[in-house]
Amino acid sequence: MVKLLYFAGLREALGIPGESLALPAPDCDVAALRAHLAARGGAWAEQFAAARNLRAAVNQDMAAAAAPVRDGDEVAFFPPVTGG
Amino acid sequence: MPVRVQTADFDLTAEVAGLRAAQGARAAQIGAVACFVGTVRDVNVDRGVAAAVSAMTLEHYPGMTERSLEAIVAEARGRWDIFDALVVHRVGALLPQDQIVLVVTVGAHRGEAFAACEFIMDYLKTRAPFWKKERTPDGERWVDARASDDDAAGKWAAGDAARPGT
Repeated sequence: MVKLLYFAGLREALGIPGESLALPAPDCDVAALRAHLAARGGAWAEQFAAARNLRAAVNQDMAAAAAPVRDGDEVAFFPPVTGG
Repeated sequence: MPVRVQTADFDLTAEVAGLRAAQGARAAQIGAVACFVGTVRDVNVDRGVAAAVSAMTLEHYPGMTERSLEAIVAEARGRWDIFDALVVHRVGALLPQDQIVLVVTVGAHRGEAFAACEFIMDYLKTRAPFWKKERTPDGERWVDARASDDDAAGKWAAGDAARPGT
């Protein structure tokens, strides 16, 4: 299982702050996870579409699309940050 | 390298005094204290549309936000000869003119303190997980990331970060 977290506008559009998910494949990375979530359709397809400017973090470190995702990881998806 | 994320406001004078006192015997070697305070504007241009802002909500990623601020401060301390730095960032509900963020750097000389302070703010804007939502006459909207912030952070890229005075 991986712990998924969604923040800001993404969290609002999906309607949940996060969830637990079985890894869709043993050799999973951020891009594969994103595609898996997009395949749910509806708001998920819209929010996780490849054209969307989304960022990801694995275990609280910013992660590129090719970053591996393993069982037990915490993976967060969110829009580009706007603090300060 | 203290970093704090909090809903409460902060007092600039008290924070500066606290950071200086925390340097112990080295406090007497401080010759420069550089501070930046970010505050809430009552108007913002987003996606090309100017709107009056009546309130703002700041969201963060507990855990990662603190870690990323600590990493940014560590990076600044590696690049410039400063003694220490402090970052305080507020979250939750804020109003126009409220203080949002404080960055303080202390060191022997102003050049390093100024540069480290600006670097921390530029990196915070593009790397620390915070998100702003504004209330405008047309309703609430999440603020879009700005390309100008990416440009500001980019200017500190390796090879470009000339140390002041060198």
